[in-house]
Amino acid sequence: MKVAVLGVGTTKFGELWGVSPRALVREAVKEALIDANLKLADIEALYVGNMLSGILGRQENLGALFAEELGISCPAFKIEGACASGGLAVHNAILSVLAGIYKTVLVIGVEKMTDHKPEEITSALMGAGHDEERAAGITFPGLYAILARAHMEKYKTTEKDLAAVSVKNHYHATLNPKAQFQFEIGLEQVLTSPIVAEPLKLLDCSPTSDGAAAIILSENRKQKTENRKPVFIIASMVATDTLGLAGRRNLTSILATVKAAKKAYQTAGVSPTDIDVAEVHDCFSIAEIIACEDLRFFQKGKAAKEIIKGKTRLGTGRPVVNPSGGLKACGHPVGATGVKQIVEIVTQLRGEAGARQVKKAKIGLAHNVGGSGAVAVIHILKND
Amino acid sequence: MIRGVLNNVGILGFGVYLPQNRIKISEIASVWGKSPEEIERSLGVIEKAVAGIDEDTVTMGVEAGKNALEMARISPEKLEAIYVGSESHPYAVNPSATIIGEALGMGRNYLAADLEFACKAATAGMENLAGLLEARLINYGLVIGSDTAQAKPHDALEYAAAAGAAAFVLGRNNKDFLVQILDFASYSSDTPDFWRRDGVPYPSHQGRFTGEPGYFTHVLRASQGLLEKTKLSPSDFAYCVFHMPNGKFPCEVSKRLGFTKEQIEPGLIVGSIGNPYSASSLLGLCSVLEIAKPNQLIFLTSYGSGAGADSFILKTTKLLTRVRIKVPGFKFYLNQKNYISYPTYLKFTGRV
Repeated sequence: MKVAVLGVGTTKFGELWGVSPRALVREAVKEALIDANLKLADIEALYVGNMLSGILGRQENLGALFAEELGISCPAFKIEGACASGGLAVHNAILSVLAGIYKTVLVIGVEKMTDHKPEEITSALMGAGHDEERAAGITFPGLYAILARAHMEKYKTTEKDLAAVSVKNHYHATLNPKAQFQFEIGLEQVLTSPIVAEPLKLLDCSPTSDGAAAIILSENRKQKTENRKPVFIIASMVATDTLGLAGRRNLTSILATVKAAKKAYQTAGVSPTDIDVAEVHDCFSIAEIIACEDLRFFQKGKAAKEIIKGKTRLGTGRPVVNPSGGLKACGHPVGATGVKQIVEIVTQLRGEAGARQVKKAKIGLAHNVGGSGAVAVIHILKND
Repeated sequence: MIRGVLNNVGILGFGVYLPQNRIKISEIASVWGKSPEEIERSLGVIEKAVAGIDEDTVTMGVEAGKNALEMARISPEKLEAIYVGSESHPYAVNPSATIIGEALGMGRNYLAADLEFACKAATAGMENLAGLLEARLINYGLVIGSDTAQAKPHDALEYAAAAGAAAFVLGRNNKDFLVQILDFASYSSDTPDFWRRDGVPYPSHQGRFTGEPGYFTHVLRASQGLLEKTKLSPSDFAYCVFHMPNGKFPCEVSKRLGFTKEQIEPGLIVGSIGNPYSASSLLGLCSVLEIAKPNQLIFLTSYGSGAGADSFILKTTKLLTRVRIKVPGFKFYLNQKNYISYPTYLKFTGRV
């Protein structure tokens, strides 16, 4: 498969109290259209990745809402799959292009979280959890803390190893002007930050954020913008697993990631060692360690020790993981994240990432997870 | 028309009241399974003052008012206006101001009003009195900030919401001024960062939204507006006092404005008493007035959620050092303390 990414755009991620969801989308789409040198009239369908607009904003009808907001009249869809909503929207948009139904489609990922109280957000996010987990009162930091404990027990992963993920991602975010936290943090700072769900501390956890991202996909393989390398999505795979942790056979791996990645590598005809740059779903520090193993960047149980040695850090590692700063430091407006990951990989593969450019990046991967691993979406991208 | 500097408004006496009950923040933190050190470090509060079972906004207001009148050396009948700023007036309808006025012996010929603007109601009252005094409509007035701050158990507010009162007798005869109020400026907007609807026992707040769009925007704008208007700079002041919802916000805002640690620390009282809402910045001012020397400039900015800030420029006189020693002040009440447990705290604050 080969679907061209013609244009990409994102807003700044962060506590954007003065910006509405409509304004966020307008900004991201405008940037993507300019980037693609296209007009709104060229868009044949709209896919919106979003998780919480209904439960937090009391508005579910985002397809029609954003079509109206943008002033286009076309088929429009809201796609929801927890924190993987953005990745799923991209996947569905790709399917429509591959099916030959639409030539050029717009994918938006958007989330407005910080207008709401932390307890409302936490409760809304548990809309992605298993009913038994919700009845028990556990929330996502607790679920990922269970995964962290299992990994620590089996592979001797330490709290310092976990902290190293956040330290690296904050460093990358200092090079990303759109990131929520553009400052460095140290290992000690992570280790002494307030405990959220032991062993996860505040600085092991991604923040609540506002933001939007947009990409324009097309069967047309010619970039309208001159002197720019086209970037193609060469694999788009989705896999699911049980909603709750209790149904999993293994708590040190996310089976949905393993399955989707296997199919994606096969479809793309590449192996994990071919990946130069990856955006992975680090909603919690442990999630990045598990992802780096499940995506087979490192052997099972070895990722933590490689990450702390700088093997995924810009300038010293390959693949460079989360050059945008990841969910931890670039921010995690949940529905926008999966689309933003594609924006970052496209920017890297075009060689337009400026200070955070991964040298000679040719093949990139985006890994987006929903829930505690109930759904995983993998995209592989290539720059020729 | 641009308003000129005030000529005829000054503080004749100031009074403090703190209930003697204190609860340690570590006691509250341990009840909720939080690390006491972490809470103390992040909030900059070690203990807070709690009203006794027979104390409320009115009783504390009376105590502070008595102290202020004693320092002002005037008889209560001379007061022609009383404003009481609080967000814990005991009655929704029935003014605290008349109950306090009656208890203080103000007679009958006075203007009374309760004010509510979250933590800045009393400084709004001070501006109102300043207007009446400068316009020569009254000769003496009393303004009180008093609160038994409400906080829902287990809410982040519980670590700081405290009780206390501060009162100021204002007049317009320059010879009697302990402190002259030279000018003020306000900044207000519809910013719903913190609120309590009628009949609801505890306030709600929007977490981190109370910070940058609430406290910082309003305190900075009011303060900068007043500094620009008066062409004064932070280095012209001996002291600065800002509203203290916690220990971090006032330090951060004073740093952003260009004040030094030395200027803010004498009035930074939140660590030992917590945040008695509308009395917070005014108690900070009282604490500064207990050590200030004659002819020093003091910068004061309150903050009230909802949201607004009132900024003042004050100048001490020679009279201050002579008169202040005669009345028990902030330090006196700070040292009269009796530690209580969390269950006693729940009992005293009417939770159980």
